[in-house]
Amino acid sequence: MAEDVLRLERLGKSYRTGTPAETRVLHDIDFALRHGEFVALMGPSGSGKSTLLNIVGLLDRPSSGRVLIDGVDTGTLDERALTMLRGRKIGFVFQSHLLLSAFTALENVMLPAVAERGFASAAIEARARALLRRVGLDAVADNLAPHMSGGQQQRVAVARALALSPELVLADEPTGNLDSHSADEVFALLRDINREQGTSFLLVTHNLDLARRCDRIVRVVDGRIVDGAR
Amino acid sequence: MNRLLPFAWITAVRFLGEGRLQTWFIVGGVAIGVGVIVFMSAMLAGLERNFLRRVLAAQAQIQLLPPEQVARPLRGGDGVVTDPVVQRPAQRLASIDQWRRIAELLRTMPGIDTVSPTAAGSVLAMRGETSRSASMTGIDPQTYFRIVAIPDFVVAGTARLTSEDIVVGIELARELGAAVGDRIDLRAASGAVRSLRVAGLLDFGNKGANQRVAFVALRTAQSLMGLIGGVTAIDIAVHDVFAAEEIARRIAAAHDVRAESWIATNAQFFAAMRAQIATNTLIRVFVGLSVAFGIAAVLVVSVIQRSRDIGILRAMGTRRGQILRVFLIQGGILGFAGSLLGAALGTAALVWWHAVARQADGGELFPLVIEARLFAATALLATATGVLAAAAPALRAARLDPVVAIRG
Ligand SMILES: Nc1ncnc2c1ncn2[C@@H]1O[C@H](COP(=O)(O)OP(=O)(O)OP(=O)(O)O)[C@@H](O)[C@H]1O
Ligand SMILES: [Mg+2]
Repeated sequence: MAEDVLRLERLGKSYRTGTPAETRVLHDIDFALRHGEFVALMGPSGSGKSTLLNIVGLLDRPSSGRVLIDGVDTGTLDERALTMLRGRKIGFVFQSHLLLSAFTALENVMLPAVAERGFASAAIEARARALLRRVGLDAVADNLAPHMSGGQQQRVAVARALALSPELVLADEPTGNLDSHSADEVFALLRDINREQGTSFLLVTHNLDLARRCDRIVRVVDGRIVDGAR
Repeated sequence: MNRLLPFAWITAVRFLGEGRLQTWFIVGGVAIGVGVIVFMSAMLAGLERNFLRRVLAAQAQIQLLPPEQVARPLRGGDGVVTDPVVQRPAQRLASIDQWRRIAELLRTMPGIDTVSPTAAGSVLAMRGETSRSASMTGIDPQTYFRIVAIPDFVVAGTARLTSEDIVVGIELARELGAAVGDRIDLRAASGAVRSLRVAGLLDFGNKGANQRVAFVALRTAQSLMGLIGGVTAIDIAVHDVFAAEEIARRIAAAHDVRAESWIATNAQFFAAMRAQIATNTLIRVFVGLSVAFGIAAVLVVSVIQRSRDIGILRAMGTRRGQILRVFLIQGGILGFAGSLLGAALGTAALVWWHAVARQADGGELFPLVIEARLFAATALLATATGVLAAAAPALRAARLDPVVAIRG
């Protein structure tokens, strides 16, 4: 196991919007995240936080520089290998449109493992139930996603992100759509899981109170890290 | 979650189930298309089978006749044409040259079942004051009945044919006022007359035939027509009725005879049948295309509606191939479900139409031909069409950029 679960080296991202003038969104980002660290990512709107998170999550590729996940240079991997690495090492929690509405809460938590193995199994279901219990939702396990409150949905999404025991969970404003009470609940849940299981978190948030409860705050302005890069 | 279904199947079924209204509409559309195809194909097959059964029951599959007598221009000794005007000669009653040798050779020819020589000609059938023209066929019952099952058409008496017997169509018997056991006189063109006893009456289900047909023993016909030892035709039954034309050609090439297959004598029917089949095929292709476009359209919309779901699935490690399959399977399921419903619809329509549509005499217009093969083929084709139609939307789904999909 590498010392850092995530390393970014001189990472850059620019979009070609059809014109010769490129839009540079991220500039020479150097950044590392240790195993078990819980880091908040802050910055003004449009500063490139989501772009950075998508690249770290292997959903997007950088224009320059390197992304190392647990010591593996992802630049050398093909689409299929990236998908496998993403499935095994990384969990996502998004701000909204979190769950698949055609499935129940329990099934949503089972899906990552079912997709990886190809078939559902008793073991997968048992683990999903345990995760739902961990996030305090065993009572609504059989509810379809739209039949739950926003906070409940977000907690199911957290359970799903943990389904394959990822080393790193990326959360893009996971509490952005929640009232302060639910937001607090979800944040506390993430923090507890981080302490219990040593899972690393990179969390985008606009909420300074929550950010202060993290191990470290990284600030991004105009595509550059201005503070907290380590 | 079902433990026997792979991930892509589970997801496909759930997606279809969630978009219930869309799913039912497109399944209904596919079903109507498939129903039309099933209905048309089955009815066409029934009509064809009906016709073939009727034709083949009452007709030899190949009939050998003497070569046509052709006239040649009259030439002088030095080869100069002295009378260039050539008239078609009246065809004299002629026997097939060396028919015994030909029949013997044909009996050993592969593909041929039965060979039966006949002597046929026009006669005047007389009883008391009444007379009617009839077409008499002298047959060898043992072989001929294997080609045309005369006993099956007997409605009174029997198909016994000793040299004293005659078996006639019921209309002819009625017009002559003759019943089974009565005597009928036959006068041939040569002037010869024979008195024969009516052994049986025939109903071919065709008034024209019932008014004209008269079967007698081969020898009786030969002596009436002054054709001792000769035959006017050799009737043949073959194993494969659709090879008849090919076999007929081979026979005509090898022997000095004309060979007419039932395919050639019913050329009009086959031309009509071919036109029907071509039309049917055309309709099938277009119905299939509209089914395919319908399925594709529904799935294209579904991919757009589901792009966030697809993005989430991709983010949690679902492979592109799995996403591709989710949509291909949806196409296949839509095609398959539509074909099941369509087969039921088509069959119901067929049963109804069969009960309602009648011939002038009240007989069925077409036999009810419901073949498992047609359903299997239709289901297979519809499923394949569904999968194919899903290809473009499925590729689109698989190539969806998850970043864009999630940001939505
Ligand atoms: N596909 C794209 N093409 C061009 N520009 C893009 C594209 N995607 C993002 N951008 C630009 O990149 C910049 C960073 O966007 P990003 O979504 O990462 O911001 P953010 O920090 O997450 O903002 P917010 O806090 O509002 O979520 C923005 O200026 C955005 O317009
Ligand atoms: Mg953002």
